[in-house]
Amino acid sequence: MAKKTYIKAITEGIDIALAEDPKTLVFGEDVGKNGGVFRATNGLQKKYGADRVFSTPLAESGILGMSIGLAVTGWRPVPEIQFSGFIFEALDSIVAQMSRIRFQYNGTKNAPITIRTPYGGGTHTAELHGDDFENFFVGVPGLRVVTPSSAYDAKGLIISAIENNDPVVFLENLRLYRSVKGEVPDDKYTVPLDKANVVQEGKDVTIIAYGGEVSEAQKAVKKLAKDNISAEIIDLRSLYPLDTDTIFASIKKTHHVVIVQEAQKQAGVGAQVASAISEGAIMYLDAPVSRVAAPNSVYPFPQAENVWLPTANDIEEAARDTVNY
Amino acid sequence: MAEAKAVDFAKIKAEEGAAFAKPVQILDNDGKVVNKDLMANFTDDQLVDLMKKMVWERALHEQTMSFSQQGRLGFYAPTWGEEASEMGTVSAFKKQDFMFPAYRDLPQLIQHGATVAQMYLWSKGHVKGNLFDARALRPQIIIGAQMVEMAGAALGIKKNKERDTVAFAYTGEGGSSQGDTYEGMNFAGAFQSPAVFIIQNNGWAISYPRKKQTHAETIAQKGVAAGIPAVQVDGMDVLACYEVAKEAREFAAAGNGPVLIETLTYRFGAHSSAGDDPSRYRTKEEEKPWFDKDPLIRLRKYLTDKGLWSEDEEKKYADECKDDFKKAMKEADAVEPEKVTDMLKRTFEVPTPDIKEQIKKYEAKESK
Ligand SMILES: Cc1ncc(C[n+]2csc(CCOP(=O)(O)OP(=O)(O)O)c2C)c(N)n1
Repeated sequence: MAKKTYIKAITEGIDIALAEDPKTLVFGEDVGKNGGVFRATNGLQKKYGADRVFSTPLAESGILGMSIGLAVTGWRPVPEIQFSGFIFEALDSIVAQMSRIRFQYNGTKNAPITIRTPYGGGTHTAELHGDDFENFFVGVPGLRVVTPSSAYDAKGLIISAIENNDPVVFLENLRLYRSVKGEVPDDKYTVPLDKANVVQEGKDVTIIAYGGEVSEAQKAVKKLAKDNISAEIIDLRSLYPLDTDTIFASIKKTHHVVIVQEAQKQAGVGAQVASAISEGAIMYLDAPVSRVAAPNSVYPFPQAENVWLPTANDIEEAARDTVNY
Repeated sequence: MAEAKAVDFAKIKAEEGAAFAKPVQILDNDGKVVNKDLMANFTDDQLVDLMKKMVWERALHEQTMSFSQQGRLGFYAPTWGEEASEMGTVSAFKKQDFMFPAYRDLPQLIQHGATVAQMYLWSKGHVKGNLFDARALRPQIIIGAQMVEMAGAALGIKKNKERDTVAFAYTGEGGSSQGDTYEGMNFAGAFQSPAVFIIQNNGWAISYPRKKQTHAETIAQKGVAAGIPAVQVDGMDVLACYEVAKEAREFAAAGNGPVLIETLTYRFGAHSSAGDDPSRYRTKEEEKPWFDKDPLIRLRKYLTDKGLWSEDEEKKYADECKDDFKKAMKEADAVEPEKVTDMLKRTFEVPTPDIKEQIKKYEAKESK
């Protein structure tokens, strides 16, 4: 086993999916010869040919609308949206079309589409390149939403997503593409699409995070440990559906919870987790649910990103307050 | 005997686009006049002015790239090669016209009234970069969005009964694939509003070549379906770009409805300052003939022959421009970085209760 970057793990996962199923197609703006603007599909056109890995004209509604047509004619599309901030051009295809196909046809048709798109801030990109828009997708019935935080999960999850017959929004954290490395087996393995991951065990407080905030939580946990606060970290991985079993089991043990998201606090994943806890595990809590999130402004201009994004310090502070409640 | 055909689709296909594939040109690659009548429209001062604008734009590109390499800017999309297309067209518009630029159209926006320092602030991602005096929206990041918005501004101008005023927008040939571009043209056509759509066909949408972007013979012919007149112009010929844009503006301003212009230009370098490498997708052989069309060379030749310009003058002027850009950068650097508190304060007219709480929290954080 070798250490690989998060993005390399994604490339390998797509590679395996292309090799295993000749019906798998990879396309989007610049994904072919250029291998994507981040090189997530690097080398795949060379390996599988331009019939299966190809660049498209510049039109997101075209890319995702076409995915639906390809899916109903027997193909397994893996479209890329270059940045999640550009996905709104294609919202009809996602919200009003592909997510409803199984429902509309009484389960006789499906839309096995994996929409890959980078998201998340902290890389000083231009406007609409760093926003977190997962909140929009978790509100759409019929859509799975996943995001890996490690290289290992990235490969296993992308394979599961492509093999799955439901439409999946596969969110790739931009900041992690090259900053995260980990042991990734060369061979095929899968990570389930609906299971959270206990990244680290602890007994005093449960920190629930996902995507780019998992590594912030890890930094916070190290500092907390110095003061003998033992924190457990859960990486949600699946933003819809939520793996409440794993969440509740942890809270039963720690009795304290901090939910962390990089997106704005209003609505969204953190709110959903908090409400699930209030419905199913409130009797185990010794302190109110604590939430760490970005403030409710539009995603900031690059100069203010570092203050705006929730950091390890914010998580640490919240965990201390919760434990000492 | 062959069966009679209801329609000869092959013939239609062959003919489509032919009407639009005649780019307007005034000066050829060697700086020779190919259209005397149009050439006669220019005074010597005008010619020198257009030359200076192109030299200014190239200097802006060179200096900005150098700032970018020093890590002093954020996102920047180079404009090297597109000087004729950009300076020619924008020079035809008037201050009262409403401009909708894309991320690559900073030079036009500056010509229309923004300052260089403001554009550097925009690149760094500072809200003060959007607060320019020009009648224009900020450079658009979402490809295509400006085209529908511009159609709205054109309709607004018409409803306001503003005289001698148009709205105009820029996008690339990649942007012409977005539904928004067609919708913008269709709305402007349907409402007969004073809109000028400018598609700068620079050959490449990042790594995707023009030939694959659309099977249409020309981008200009996309106007046909919307019922709007369209034209192709040699986008490396600043004089042709100016004349065509001027005609388009006059036509639209006179109440005749919108116009579409396709400029045939070329992106000499990378797509953006953020890690694009053109050698991954195109060859030196492809680039070569375009360098021969360099818009600065042909006007320089023409003007030099007439004794109106010299390479020395050009170099001196470019250096002066670069000094100005360095001052602009200093000005931009001196602006205080933005605060999250300020961003929260302007998210709504009156901050909502949750935001009020967050303002308190970030005030404490940011005063540390
Ligand atoms: C809606 C949307 N999709 C994708 C992008 C990413 N993107 C930025 S520039 C670009 C290529 C644009 O090509 P073109 O329209 O020809 O203009 P050019 O950059 O060549 O001037 C792409 C795909 C974007 N900014 N907005």
